[in-house]
Amino acid sequence: MADYKLLAVYEDDDHLVKAVKETKAKKHHIDEVYTPFPVHGLDKVMGLNHTRIAIASFMYGVLGLSVAVWMMNFMMIDDWPRNIGGKPSFTFFQNMPAFVPIMFELTVFFAAHLMVITFYMRSKIWPFKKAENPDPRTTDDHFIMEVSAAKDNIQSVAEFLHSTGAKEVSLKQS
Amino acid sequence: MSHYEAPIRKPLVTGNKTYHQVTEDIVRPIEGRANKTWWIVFSIALVAFLWGLGCIIYTISTGIGVWGLNNTIEWAWDITNFVWWVGIGHAGTLISAVLLLFRQRWRMAVNRSAEAMTIFAVVQAGLFPIIHMGRPWLAYWVLPIPNQFGSLWVNFNSPLLWDVFAISTYLSVSLVFWYTGLLPDFAMIRDRAKLPFQKKIYGILSFGWSGRAKDWQRFEEVSLVLAGLATPLVLSVHTIVSFDFATSVVPGWHSTIFPPYFVAGAIFSGFAMVQTLLIIMRKVSNLEDYITVDHIELMNKVIIVTGGIVGGAYIIEYFIAWYSGSAYEDYTYLSFGAATGPYWWAFWALIFCNMIAPITLWWKKLRRNIMWTFILSIIINIGMWFERFDIIVLCLSKGRTPSTWAMFSPTFVDVGIFIGTIGFFFVLFLLYSRSFPVIAQAEVKSILKLSGDRYKSMRAEHGDDVQLYELPKQQPLPDFDKLIEELENKNEEVAEDGGLVETLILNIGKASNDVADDLKKLTGVGPALEQKLNQVGVYTYNQIVKMTEKEYHILDQLISKFPKTQARFWSGEANLLNKN
Repeated sequence: MADYKLLAVYEDDDHLVKAVKETKAKKHHIDEVYTPFPVHGLDKVMGLNHTRIAIASFMYGVLGLSVAVWMMNFMMIDDWPRNIGGKPSFTFFQNMPAFVPIMFELTVFFAAHLMVITFYMRSKIWPFKKAENPDPRTTDDHFIMEVSAAKDNIQSVAEFLHSTGAKEVSLKQS
Repeated sequence: MSHYEAPIRKPLVTGNKTYHQVTEDIVRPIEGRANKTWWIVFSIALVAFLWGLGCIIYTISTGIGVWGLNNTIEWAWDITNFVWWVGIGHAGTLISAVLLLFRQRWRMAVNRSAEAMTIFAVVQAGLFPIIHMGRPWLAYWVLPIPNQFGSLWVNFNSPLLWDVFAISTYLSVSLVFWYTGLLPDFAMIRDRAKLPFQKKIYGILSFGWSGRAKDWQRFEEVSLVLAGLATPLVLSVHTIVSFDFATSVVPGWHSTIFPPYFVAGAIFSGFAMVQTLLIIMRKVSNLEDYITVDHIELMNKVIIVTGGIVGGAYIIEYFIAWYSGSAYEDYTYLSFGAATGPYWWAFWALIFCNMIAPITLWWKKLRRNIMWTFILSIIINIGMWFERFDIIVLCLSKGRTPSTWAMFSPTFVDVGIFIGTIGFFFVLFLLYSRSFPVIAQAEVKSILKLSGDRYKSMRAEHGDDVQLYELPKQQPLPDFDKLIEELENKNEEVAEDGGLVETLILNIGKASNDVADDLKKLTGVGPALEQKLNQVGVYTYNQIVKMTEKEYHILDQLISKFPKTQARFWSGEANLLNKN
């Protein structure tokens, strides 16, 4: 059972990626990596799964399109058909060309907003949420890798992290 | 990892910047104090805004009659201003979305401010249709909601309703796109803030952004998908605005060229406004290293392309009006009749500002001349206002019936509301420039090694595979045995302080690991919670059976995230499990 985490601080993204690779090769468990900007390739090196948020967005878009079709069919065809400028209102398909703009807008509306809400929920970010980065410098120019370690081998993991060139290594209870 | 970029590409960030210097440069306007110039400009903008607000109140309390509209020209400055502002609001999303899809890295220096400009401009645009309703408190009637008139719904065949959906989708999607990009930058300011008030505000604004690897992975995916969604959206908005005219039967409005030509015109005017604002801002906020002359030149190239499309459309419109041979087409906004008629000045203002003046940008010297770019950007903004004025007022002024021919003259209220929106726009933009990170610093940092001159020159000197960092000066490892001891002592102190564990064990009896039951069978208990329960000395069903509200309360204090509600079932459950 890993009761402790070792925090290794780096000053550069390339250096961090190199250290993550070395740590992975040594089969140490990387709990988390905090970076001030998106480091390209970091997720691959860490072995993170690809995010499925784009698929979610596609499904939200389909939902938006369905809502638009249902809404306009109900309002303009079923509930209260009206003759406006001679545009045929007898069936949905005859009237559909006039509905295309709103079908498009609602598709985008649903896909964009529900995706962003999903992102906020999944990444646990919302107003009044307390930040969880272990060191304020990680939003400026420092990079922190958190490696879990059992009580017995803290010293050896720390020495390994030191050997990767970490600027500082500190201990935290998980 | 290689950060190769062709050496022929000019650096996008100059001044030998490191990551930390980027941070310092972006927060300087926020952490510093506003200078005198800022206060003067802000006061002027505020006065203009208040003047406009007064005119809006006057309009609403008296009626639309205070405007210069007449029976013939029932749309004039209001819709001109509306279309003008929506058009200006196009550059931001174009820069952040379309240029993201095309992987144009120079967008990162300007996208934040361009998007801010978009949002502020669309806010101004939205005001006009609402004021024009005359009774803005009934504005909700444009929404498809059940109402007291039976089920009389809004008219989905009308381009005016399409506008409602297009503009509100555009505004809200632009807003979340912008805001999501702001989160890491707000977090950066939060973590630097020294005053508790600042820390609190930026803490709330940053939504607790922590910058985990997974967050960044999602962040980038969300940005890409939003860009993919916003690209057709930005093209659709002005297309739909142009439908307001194109689906009517007024000569000059009823034109199939309108959608593409309106979109090009919107981008044309939007980029002009970006130039106007950023040329001032880079100077005032000392951002010349991020918004370089090369950025200005690149935006000027976009202006050449879109201006060329607009000019081409003018020529086509003029030619078709003439070639149709229709008498009704002889007084559309681009025709011989317009050029020589009573609105000749509006016609020639349009031609000069939008077709002739931008030709100067074909010369590289002028394209890279900041002063000329600034002057030209204002000329284009004026020209694009005249374009909308010409389309609306000229085409209406001489309709099919000569007896209805009329001219339009604005009242002070028309002018006041327009000036008011300009004031409002600048009030918002000036406040933004002092409280928001005006450059997307996280994104700039991610391209710094690729396009920063510091790293480009390192590669030029030492070859493309050079290591672009120096190893940090390492601090010696702390004494971990001592640290562990301290941490453990702290834990024991916490436990001993309340004497809670003793009380608990006294009430429910002692047990040990040897006789432990499987506590995971209880509602809401997983391996983690079981372990925590064991740590405080709870091992058996017998102990659980004895628990009452008081013991649950103790556990709640001892164990973080203790499921107090579910725990109420445990006693009964343990009793049953015991009998089995």
